[in-house]
Amino acid sequence: MQFSEAWLRSLVNPDLDTRQLGHLLTMAGLEVEAMEPAAPPFDAVVVAEILTAERHPDADRLQVCTVRVGEGEPLRIVCGAPNARAGLKTACAQVGAVLPGDFRIKQAKVRGVESSGMLCSAKELGIAEAAEGIMELPADAPVGDSLRDYLGLDDQLITLKLTPNRGDCLSVQGIAREVAAITGTLRQAVPCDPVAADIDDSFPVAITAPEACPRYHGRVIRGIDPKAHTPDWMVRRLERSGMRPIHPVVDVTNYVLLELGQPMHAFDLAKLCGSVQARMARAGETLALLNEQSIELDAQSLVIADDGGPLALAGIMGGVASSVTESTLDIFLEAAHFSPAAIAGRARAFGLGSDSSHRFERGVDPELPARAMERASRLILDICGGKAGPSRETVGKPIPPAVIVFRPARARRLLGIDLGDETMRALLARLGLAIETEGETWRVSAPSHRFDLRHEVDLIEEVARLHGYDAIPAAAPRAAAYMRPAGESIRSVSEVKNTMTSMGYQEVITYSFISESMQEDLVGGEQIALLNPIASQMAVMRGSLLPGLVQTLRHNLNHGQERLRIFEVGRCFTGMDMDSQPMRLAGLAYGPTLAEQWGEKTRPADFFDLKGDVEALLSPRKPGFTAETHPALHPGQCARLSLDGQPVGWLGALHPTLVREYDLGRAPILFEIDWRAVGGRNLPRFKSISRLPAVRRDLAVLVDEAVRVGEIQERISANLPDLVTDFRLFDVYRGQELEPGKKSLAFSMLLQHTEKTLTETEIEAAVTSVLALLSEHFAARLRT
Amino acid sequence: MSTLEDLPRDAEAAFAAVDNLPALDQAKARFLGKTGLITEQMKGLGKMDAEGRKAAGARINQIKDQVEASLKARREAIEAETLRRQLAAEALDVTLPGRGETMGGLHPVTRTLARIERMFASMGFEVADGPEIETDFYNFTALNIPDNHPARAMHDTFYLPGGHLLRTHTSPVQVHYMQRQQPPIKIIAPGRVYRCDSDVTHTPMFHQVEGLWVDETVSFADLKGVLADFMRHFFERDHMPVRFRPSFFPFTEPSAEMDIGCVICGGDGCRVCSHTGWLEVLGCGMVHPNVFGHVGYDAEKWQGFAFGLGVERLAMLRYGVDDLRLFFENDVRFLKQFA
Repeated sequence: MQFSEAWLRSLVNPDLDTRQLGHLLTMAGLEVEAMEPAAPPFDAVVVAEILTAERHPDADRLQVCTVRVGEGEPLRIVCGAPNARAGLKTACAQVGAVLPGDFRIKQAKVRGVESSGMLCSAKELGIAEAAEGIMELPADAPVGDSLRDYLGLDDQLITLKLTPNRGDCLSVQGIAREVAAITGTLRQAVPCDPVAADIDDSFPVAITAPEACPRYHGRVIRGIDPKAHTPDWMVRRLERSGMRPIHPVVDVTNYVLLELGQPMHAFDLAKLCGSVQARMARAGETLALLNEQSIELDAQSLVIADDGGPLALAGIMGGVASSVTESTLDIFLEAAHFSPAAIAGRARAFGLGSDSSHRFERGVDPELPARAMERASRLILDICGGKAGPSRETVGKPIPPAVIVFRPARARRLLGIDLGDETMRALLARLGLAIETEGETWRVSAPSHRFDLRHEVDLIEEVARLHGYDAIPAAAPRAAAYMRPAGESIRSVSEVKNTMTSMGYQEVITYSFISESMQEDLVGGEQIALLNPIASQMAVMRGSLLPGLVQTLRHNLNHGQERLRIFEVGRCFTGMDMDSQPMRLAGLAYGPTLAEQWGEKTRPADFFDLKGDVEALLSPRKPGFTAETHPALHPGQCARLSLDGQPVGWLGALHPTLVREYDLGRAPILFEIDWRAVGGRNLPRFKSISRLPAVRRDLAVLVDEAVRVGEIQERISANLPDLVTDFRLFDVYRGQELEPGKKSLAFSMLLQHTEKTLTETEIEAAVTSVLALLSEHFAARLRT
Repeated sequence: MSTLEDLPRDAEAAFAAVDNLPALDQAKARFLGKTGLITEQMKGLGKMDAEGRKAAGARINQIKDQVEASLKARREAIEAETLRRQLAAEALDVTLPGRGETMGGLHPVTRTLARIERMFASMGFEVADGPEIETDFYNFTALNIPDNHPARAMHDTFYLPGGHLLRTHTSPVQVHYMQRQQPPIKIIAPGRVYRCDSDVTHTPMFHQVEGLWVDETVSFADLKGVLADFMRHFFERDHMPVRFRPSFFPFTEPSAEMDIGCVICGGDGCRVCSHTGWLEVLGCGMVHPNVFGHVGYDAEKWQGFAFGLGVERLAMLRYGVDDLRLFFENDVRFLKQFA
């Protein structure tokens, strides 16, 4: 909402300067978004009259004018504007004046002729973007008066950022009411005296959508002057509110909208047929709007129609066919109340938005149409002449005023302040609320323009607002204290993230939506597509964190990084319900194991580097790894992770075709794990430790190349003799001297008893049983 | 052959002539070994009478002590020299860089969230979580934002099929939490939120922290106290001016916007605060009774406050980041600055 400070001050003029007024509005919840002067600073510019204008003796394009600027001798001024002519009232910057851009007016000689000032265009004065020639002021402009005073240029354009609940402040009157309530200053009422009917003419109105249109005021005005002009004072106020003058009748309806907050519409009476109806549109009806857009209507659209069909999209925009034009003589004026529910969302559905719909969506005072009709009629008659018929009201559905229960004690408890009943009563009274007291409970009726007040808490907010949020103390809260649980088998997100950073990984946060093609390439499965994506690379919800990591790698390669360790924690989306939005942790490693340095021979990070990281991350839990395939990963370098038999994630090298597609040079290694695997931890359970020495035995066995170490580990671990406390692989060897198709695996076994020293026989027995298992299940032979 | 009286000097010379411990041991044997010169002297005692033996024995022992002392001194000198050489040989250029083990780091949003969580945890707030794909009910209706309410236009919502949407704020977590938990409750809910908006100052995804405290007497004054405290601790400025302005959110009443004195210019006015001296940092208010109604709480008994703040905004102000979009480009040159 933009308006002129001077206009506001014509209705309420508190003893505050502009800055203080702005602060007051902001702190009352009417946030001042911008404040700018109506004109840049300049001085010594007056209203002047050109007495004579003659061609400059030495320049075709210049004129030498005698200019009257007041009581004294007329001035001689050389002027280049083609519209400078005798009899014109214009703006004259006198010698000594300083115009915008620090342009100083001096006594000068122009092509040999003395010039004592400058006739100015609106552009030169900084009050218009462009201008053709010098200003043309009305014939009755008072010569010698300061132009600033005459045009009211010492004004500020104030823009408020109003919250949707304060539709009542979408007018100068509404803001004035608010300022008066906060400051206690008297407010001038806008004159809305009834206009007596000169003629009996009226036009029939019927409301068939009473919920949507509870009230409709209509009036016929005949015989307006098609040559009438909108007066300057009105144009100025419209322009300073961001509107352009269009036609005197339309300007009046716009003016009343700005002044009172009531959207109105004027129809060309000659173009109306039969009767006017406020009804829901019928499917298939169309309407050509004032903005030259043509829309197809549906049963959710409230329209104003005549017997021939829709005339206007009610409360949003008029139709072009019935609009007032330069040839209009008779008009039908509408001031109606449309319910917010009927208008809300409709303008957006049609891609329209107007000052009218903006107000009706937020709500308009239901009692306002009658007053607005009188105000607009008076202005039209004054500006355009004509004869008015009676203002006729058609009621669809009466709107009863709300009565709200208010308990001062509740207000004190909610706000946490000790305000007395009488203070609260006085505050509410300043808003024009009527209060009936019944002991501890008050019954409060709000004036019709405060339709936003519906609940007790709304009144409590008003009390707080008028008392001042600043005046409410900031308290250190007192409340019962409860200890919070601290589950020991939960690993917090921050704990896990810190583990990742300690392992050298940098956290990233990527968008939760990715491109359709990335989702297809790296994740597969069903696509969850946004209905209104902002860009094609953000079109579907990610089914995995891997695409974001690959994209991040790509971005950083573009910026010269050669080594990257990154991870992300976030939700992935496999469906719409809560269970289909699992949290996961994913990591990516690319480039050498160590950042470039002098002291260690290095190599590109591989599958087993990341496998080690994953094992460390999940430690002391031991995940299982099985060879499976994943669309994003190299089929021969890809493992599925499991924990307690449940699949929990993936680990592998990016698939070579994707490495090529994303131009990564070499394959990054990636992993992704469900949060339920990462975020858990076993509660420790004590087992006694042996004080006796352990015995180590190493076994080197020959197996087929196809035998997987993981399967051996699993099989042996499950059948390990009690004495064996550790069984691990320490070497894998392939060489010429081995049989073709075979590899050598070397395992170490630790044997220990908790209570006694082991005998050689016992040790041999254990080794033999392990060897037997190896030979039975994996056809392993002891290497000799 | 040396005389007894010569032995200390001879021994000292012999010890001084060697520069390592094995050679010293050989030299030692020459004087103190089984057939060494001093041992030989001892053997000669047997031929003496008792009187002479006593005097000579005492003298030999004196000499032996002298030899042993010089042996010890020489041994220590050799050991010290050996150690000195070893140390010199093992000296490193300690200015060489380490082997290149690098630490990762947290994203600045995480870092900021962690501080926020810590501060609220110190007042007993628990962390709650909720889905990011939401239904209309949780994102809007249950928060007192009916269909077509103009407040919905303030949320540029991403829609999904089947009436689903991406949550536009973390406030739906309030509703989920209250549905499964009876008051009193005291939570914060950090997380990702989404708005269909992208330009220099908007990214289609960002982070919010929602806060909710419901008990029997939690008041607007408490809201002011907690949030003013929080902002001052967050920016570590004890005297930072704060102010609360009336505002509107359908799910709170009274509602407020909280401003802090501009942390960039100190309130003098700058580009960041649009020359107002104030920065809008969060929205808050007392939970609307209709919201309690939707989750089945008795609005006569329970009351409390809720707030929502933008994490990236706080991070930008705290660390002086001037471009929101950097947070999601994930350029490691940016991220490393927050490690």
